[in-house]
Amino acid sequence: MTRQRRTDQETAARMMADIEPAYTDQQAQVEADRCLYCFDAPCIMACPTGIDIPAFIKKIAVQNNRGAARTILSSNILGASCARVCPTTVLCEGACVLQDRDQKPIKIGRLQRYATDAVAGKEASLLEKPAAATGKKVAVIGGGPAGLGCAAEMARLGHAVTIFERRPEAGGLNTYGIAYYKLTPEVSLDEVEVVKSLGVEIRCGVEVGVDLPMADLQKDYDAVFLGVGLGHTYTLGIPGEDLPEVMEALAFIEEIHTQPLHEVAVGEHVVVIGCGNTAIDAVTQAKRLGATSATIVYRRGEKDMPAYAYEYEIAKADGCGFVFHAAPVEVLGESSVTGLKVIRTEPDAEGRARPVPGSESVIPCDMVIKALGQEKQVQMLQTLLPDLALDAKGRVVRDEKTGQTSVPGVFAGGDAANGGREVVNAVAEGKKAARGIHAALCGDAVEGPVQHTRVGVPGSKPVGSGLDRPVRVPEAEAEYYAAKGER
Amino acid sequence: MADLSINLAGIRSPNPFWVASAPPSNTAYQCHRAFEAGWGGVVWKTIGDPIVNVSSRYSSHNVGGMRMVGFNNIELISDRSIEVNFKEIKECKERWPDRAVIASLMTDTRENWHDMMKRARDAGADGVELNFGCPHGMCERGMGSAVGQNPDVIETIVGWVMEAAEIPVIVKLTPNITDITQPARAAKRAGADAISMINTINSVTQVDLDRLVPEPYVDGKSAHGGYCGPAVKPIALNMVHSCAADPDVQLPISGIGGIGNWRDAAEFIALGSTSVQVCTAIMHYGFRIVEDMIDGLSNYLDDKGMDSVNELCGKAVKVVDRWETLNLNYKRIASIDYDKCIGCNLCYVACEDGAHQAIALTEAGERGLGPGRLPGKPIPEIKDEECVGCNLCSIVCPVDQCITMVDVDTGKPPMTWKEYQEKLASGEMKPIPAHP
Ligand SMILES: Cc1cc2nc3c(=O)[nH]c(=O)nc-3n(C[C@H](O)[C@H](O)[C@H](O)COP(=O)(O)OP(=O)(O)OC[C@H]3O[C@@H](n4cnc5c(N)ncnc54)[C@H](O)[C@@H]3O)c2cc1C
Ligand SMILES: Cc1cc2nc3c(=O)[nH]c(=O)nc-3n(C[C@H](O)[C@H](O)[C@H](O)COP(=O)(O)O)c2cc1C
Ligand code: SF4
Ligand code: SF4
Ligand code: SF4
Repeated sequence: MTRQRRTDQETAARMMADIEPAYTDQQAQVEADRCLYCFDAPCIMACPTGIDIPAFIKKIAVQNNRGAARTILSSNILGASCARVCPTTVLCEGACVLQDRDQKPIKIGRLQRYATDAVAGKEASLLEKPAAATGKKVAVIGGGPAGLGCAAEMARLGHAVTIFERRPEAGGLNTYGIAYYKLTPEVSLDEVEVVKSLGVEIRCGVEVGVDLPMADLQKDYDAVFLGVGLGHTYTLGIPGEDLPEVMEALAFIEEIHTQPLHEVAVGEHVVVIGCGNTAIDAVTQAKRLGATSATIVYRRGEKDMPAYAYEYEIAKADGCGFVFHAAPVEVLGESSVTGLKVIRTEPDAEGRARPVPGSESVIPCDMVIKALGQEKQVQMLQTLLPDLALDAKGRVVRDEKTGQTSVPGVFAGGDAANGGREVVNAVAEGKKAARGIHAALCGDAVEGPVQHTRVGVPGSKPVGSGLDRPVRVPEAEAEYYAAKGER
Repeated sequence: MADLSINLAGIRSPNPFWVASAPPSNTAYQCHRAFEAGWGGVVWKTIGDPIVNVSSRYSSHNVGGMRMVGFNNIELISDRSIEVNFKEIKECKERWPDRAVIASLMTDTRENWHDMMKRARDAGADGVELNFGCPHGMCERGMGSAVGQNPDVIETIVGWVMEAAEIPVIVKLTPNITDITQPARAAKRAGADAISMINTINSVTQVDLDRLVPEPYVDGKSAHGGYCGPAVKPIALNMVHSCAADPDVQLPISGIGGIGNWRDAAEFIALGSTSVQVCTAIMHYGFRIVEDMIDGLSNYLDDKGMDSVNELCGKAVKVVDRWETLNLNYKRIASIDYDKCIGCNLCYVACEDGAHQAIALTEAGERGLGPGRLPGKPIPEIKDEECVGCNLCSIVCPVDQCITMVDVDTGKPPMTWKEYQEKLASGEMKPIPAHP
């Protein structure tokens, strides 16, 4: 009863294989033919990077896969990973008009994967040649989706870009953190190569502030982009937390990405604390790697969980357990974990989960994974740039459109600035900041807007069809109702 | 990237994609939008004495969930004045000097044709297209297809036009005729620079079974309309090829009819079109479709190692030949891939009832259940000896690449029908036995 290997190579490969396998040619054709080719389509509005979705789907329908990939990659350089990891049900697919005529939305993510797979290894040759060199140098701190999105756009605008990444490989959470059955590190690393082939220099193993002083960057470069993401998982602050089988979700998932799958050790009975998307990733992967039971323990109720509905469905289908209204009190065990003591909770008047005295119980387990969300890297940011304004939640304050922070010459985007959203938001914010930097360095604005993020606000009134689509366009709706004087 | 620019009888455009003479080319505003989207040329909506249109005007042939598989209209030529049309052509050409702007014309007397030709040239048009094709409304007035259906009249009128022609003249042909090469030859004889085809085909698309009046409905009545859209593509390809292959025509061709994407366009070009024109697909989806046409065609040319679209032009003309030149000793038969077969048995019923009874229903045996066939349910098997290689089952099969047609070595040298006749006559060969 300890953390150990619980599967063999073949089983592990099968269990962790693509949750949504690649389309065959025929599947892609049939799906592409369903698309109505809407004009000014809502699916485009719901994509933070503004990919011209109907255009690329139409191209798949006539077997112009290279053209389809070009359409995708020229809006979103990480189109291949986004195809696999985007929560499409609340983005493009959630906005698809077909739902209003009682049909399933177009599987945009899978079609996007089909098109980008078709050009794997040849991506750079598809993209327009970079603009003439501007002679400007830009440093990007962090080689995650935000940094890569920014660097690619800067390179295409003609700037000399260097990414500094503290890890051995670039890609950020795409390389180390996304559920394996959605995205393998290989796909992420291939995308890193695409960005390199645009002329971007990537220096891995360099932590800015440790291996390289921030002041040097500010001196040697015309602008700096901060795409440092988030930090460690929040701690529980309960006894037993330092037992060896208590792990951070991110550390566990990172093992999956850096070791052969069947060598990743899991407990026989695994408990995951928290119920966000990361918790789901951790619990399903623990189960798929051989845990007899894998159970989520969550302070609040089923309705309150921050995980997306489709993520919850994955975990349920995998046979994971859920204990709601239970807060962890203590991790039990002498030298290794034997159980988790929890206390039942009840919502108080404000809806907060309040422990019910005397309702403690023990969930036997031999591994505990903490998935309580990631901390902001406040200390690091303040050390790097003492004048950098952070908001109350520790997010880097920046102009939404240009990425400009409170420090001249310094721009930001991605999880560090938005507090933790999706890969596609990070790419879009990196791209916007690149345009902000370009405008600041060269004085010219870049044509073609990057969409503002339009993920839905629960309960907002629908505009247009009147039916309840999962995706709303809050900015557009706010304007609409303001004009009518209704809100 | 391959060079997409073309030169059709002296009319140059940066790519072969032209907006056909129709509602999308009605105004300068639309032509600006078309050029902004990337179209290489525009054939202006036919100019003539302004007409009056009815309401309503269009109807559609829908198939299953697909709309506008075929499209029909009872519209006439431009309802705007000749002056306004030429003024806007001038504006358009000034703003887009690198694109082709072609004036489509329709009038009656020799003097009027001369006058229209002069106005077109003065407006700066790169060429003119003579509309001898409109199958409704105009022909009753002795214009449109009334002209196009009579080669002698074509020759006379094109002759008049050529007297005044200082810019290239394209003659647009009607498909409502038995042999398209006859009017094409007449245009050639009269000195035309190029031909374009097809205009719309006479049609009635649907009858409203409650009112018992077809669409488009005009106050209790309807009229025969012109048919176009994806459904007419095979007819148009046939006509384009017939003209391209005819030694007595030998004129550059602008292909029209059912083109909606780069593949359609490439097929028209391979069968001898220099430029292609599009109407229905724009009326369905807007000018933006040209982006895929340009992108897809140039990717295709790159893949095939062709440096220019002109290399593709006419590439497939020669291999389409008269029936009697085909090899009677060539044989292919159907072959089923049981790893793909889903067990719908549509191939069986098609061959059994509609073709040559060359498919049996048999036990699955070694071939297993494939992608999900039911245990105990018989599966199709080609009777190689019976299969005549008609293609029907492979056309019917809903799974791509499941039924393929494979060549069979008959061990016999190639023999055309003509050679067969000669061998029969010389006694070298006995008649091939009739099919049992
Ligand atoms: C477990 C988990 C699962 C997720 N699943 C999904 C999903 O399915 N779909 C989805 O869309 N999103 C998912 N996300 C969110 C997504 O991964 C992030 O939103 C995205 O990666 C943010 O990109 P970023 O570039 O801002 O940050 P990161 O990806 O965190 O990249 C930041 C990079 O900066 C580097 N860095 C930090 N400080 C320094 C320094 N001082 N010097 C040099 N380098 C530095 C880091 O090493 C890192 O590589 C998930 C997140 C987690 C944690
Ligand atoms: C509504 C409508 C109006 C048209 N008007 C003209 C016209 O004025 N002159 C002309 O030469 N052809 C006219 N056409 C024919 C088109 O130019 C074209 O030849 C035909 O539609 C076939 O192409 P398509 O399948 O791409 O639509 C018209 C077609 C339609 C649908
Ligand atoms: S909304 Fe749906 S149908 Fe319309 S273009 Fe987008 S994917 Fe296609
Ligand atoms: S498309 Fe519809 S709205 Fe437009 S003119 Fe025709 S009938 Fe009227
Ligand atoms: S039509 Fe195709 S899929 Fe259907 S039974 Fe025949 S071979 Fe199989």
